[in-house]
Amino acid sequence: MDKTTTISVAKAITETPQPENEIARGAVELVHAVGMHARPAVKLTKLAKRFKARIAVRVAGAVDWIDAKSVAKVMAMRAAQGSVIEFEAQGADASAAVEALTTLVAADFPDTGR
Amino acid sequence: MRADGAPLGQREAGADEAGALRAALAAADRQLSKLAAAAGKDAAEILEFQIALLADDALLGPIFAAIAQGAAADAAWAQAMAEQIADYRAAADEYLRARSADIADLRDRVLSALYGGEANPKTGRAGAVICADDLPPSRFLEIDWSAGGGLALSQGSATSHVAMLARARGVPMVVQLGEVPEPADAALLDADEGILEVDPPVARIQALATRQENQVLSRAADLAALENPSISFRGEPVRLMLNIQGPADLDHPDARYADGVGLMRTEFLFGRADLPDEEKQRSVYEQVLNWAGERPVVIRTVDAGGDKPVRGLTEAREANPFLGVRGLRLSLKRPDIFAVQLRALARAAALGKLRVMFPMVTTPEEFKTARRLFVQAVEELKSAGVRASLPEIGIMVEVPAAALTIESFPASFFSIGSNDLTQYVTACDRTNGALASLADPLNPGVLELIRRVAEHGRKLGVSVSLCGDIAGEPRYLETLLRCGLLEFSMSPPALAAVKRALAALSRKSDHV
Repeated sequence: MDKTTTISVAKAITETPQPENEIARGAVELVHAVGMHARPAVKLTKLAKRFKARIAVRVAGAVDWIDAKSVAKVMAMRAAQGSVIEFEAQGADASAAVEALTTLVAADFPDTGR
Repeated sequence: MRADGAPLGQREAGADEAGALRAALAAADRQLSKLAAAAGKDAAEILEFQIALLADDALLGPIFAAIAQGAAADAAWAQAMAEQIADYRAAADEYLRARSADIADLRDRVLSALYGGEANPKTGRAGAVICADDLPPSRFLEIDWSAGGGLALSQGSATSHVAMLARARGVPMVVQLGEVPEPADAALLDADEGILEVDPPVARIQALATRQENQVLSRAADLAALENPSISFRGEPVRLMLNIQGPADLDHPDARYADGVGLMRTEFLFGRADLPDEEKQRSVYEQVLNWAGERPVVIRTVDAGGDKPVRGLTEAREANPFLGVRGLRLSLKRPDIFAVQLRALARAAALGKLRVMFPMVTTPEEFKTARRLFVQAVEELKSAGVRASLPEIGIMVEVPAAALTIESFPASFFSIGSNDLTQYVTACDRTNGALASLADPLNPGVLELIRRVAEHGRKLGVSVSLCGDIAGEPRYLETLLRCGLLEFSMSPPALAAVKRALAALSRKSDHV
C-alpha cells in the first residue's frame, strides 16, 4: 500500500514578496501513532534548527505559539495523534522551513539515516 | 548491588558559574553522544532526546538568566529540571509521565559533572543483579549486560524507557518490588514470577536453570515455526490470523508473523464514557490497516450486549442478555450509532485490504438490511466528496439457525464464532462454570455445523475462518482441519504454539 495515500495533509503555504520578512504558514495532521513523543519531537526540532527563520508551532486551536526549535517546549505541547499542527515561520528561509517541517510530519518522521 | 542515588555535592557560587554550567553541559553531551554511538537504534533515540535538551536554548535561557542574577549553577540547573519533572509527572499520558525519569537522568548527569564526579561511578561486577529504586536509561546503557545479570527495581514502571531497553536486550527485569535487599553474594531474579530472592537454596537455582533452558529451547522452536512463511495441510495453504482488541495488541513480538487480522473487535472503542466519533474510529482502523499493509484485516462491527454491556447503547435489564438484543440486532435498533461506525469503516476501506463482518446474525434479511445501510453510508460519503469504498462484507457464524441455513446468506466470507456457537448449540451459558464439561466445543453437534459451513465456503470459493478460543489451542487443530477449515484466528500469544502444531500436522499429512 502506498503510504502517502493514508495521510491527509492540509498544506497551505502563503508567501509574501519581501524575502527578509517573509512569513510562511502551514498546517499538517500529526499521524504518528503515539503523538508528539520524544523521537518525533527531537526530529522536528533538529530540522527546525537548520533554518534561520524564527519558527513557531502549535496544536491547531491552541492559544500560544511555541518555539519549534525547543524540544522541551515541543514535548510540552502534548500533541496527540490526529491533531493538526500549525507552523508559522518568519525570516529569509521561512517558506522552505514550513515546507520541510510539514513534509516531515506528514511523512510520519521517517528515518533518514544518521 | 545498588546503582542509583542522586549525586551528592555542595557548591558555593563561584566567579564563573555560567562557565561551570557550560562545561558540565558539554561534558554531559560528550558522555551521552558516546553512549548513543555505541548503543543500538532504540537506545540512541532515547539518548537523543536528552542530548537535544542540552542544546535547547528555550530551556537553558532562564537557567543562565538565574545564574546572571547570582544563583549557583547547580541550584539553577536543578530547579529548572525539577520544574520539567513536575510537568511530566502531571501528564495524563503514561508515556509522558515515564519521561520524568529521563529528565532526572539528565539532571543527575549534569550535576555529577558540576561536582567533578565520575560519569559512571558504580557499574558493579558483570552478571550481577542490579538493584535500584529506578534506573535511568543512560545508567542502564553504561552497564555491561553481556555476562547476563538482571535488574530489580523497588519502584520503576514496565512502560519506562529502561524497561523498553531491557526487553529489547533480553535483560530480565522486575519492577515495583517495594523494597530492595542489602547487597549479597548470590541473588535469584525470577522475572516470570516477579520475585527477587537473596541467597537462594541450591534447589531453587537448579529449578530456575531448568526452566530457563526449556524456555530457550521452546522459544527457538517457536521462532523456527513462526518464520516459516506458509504451511499447508494436505497440500492446501493454511492461514493463521490474529484476534485483536485494538492496535496495541499488534505490538506483541509474534504479531508480525501472522497472515493478517482475522478479528478486530471494536467494543473497546465503545467502552469509554462517550460513544466514539467517526474520526476517532477511522484513525484506529487506519492504524491497523497501516500495520497490515498487503495483508487482510477483518473488523467486526460492535458486538455489544450479552456479557459486554455498553452504557448508552445496550438494553438495560434483559432477563437473558445472551439471547437478547446484542451484536447486529442492537446495531439495527440503533441505526444512528451504527451509521457512525459504518461511515468510519467505509472511509478506512479506501485505504487498505479491509473486510467487515457483522456479529450475531440470525437471518439473511438482517444481513441484507445491514448491507443496505453500509451501501448507503458509502454513497453519502462519496457524494460529499469524501474518499470511501464498500469493503467485502461477511458474517460471524454463531447462531445455530444461521449455521444451518448458511447457503441463504449472500456474504463474501464467514467467520465461525465457536465460543457463542458452542454455547447456543449445547444450551450452556458460557459464563456458568458448573457447565464447563458440557459446553464442549468438540460436541459432535458443534463440529457438524462447522463442517457444513466449511463445506459451503469451499463450494463457493469464499473464505471461512474460525475465531473462537479453540483456534488458539493446538490440541483442537487437527480436528478443525479435518472439518475442512483452513483459516484460524487467535490472540497473538497463541500464534507460536499453533504454528508449531500446524507444522507437525503438515509433515504428517504430507506423508499420508
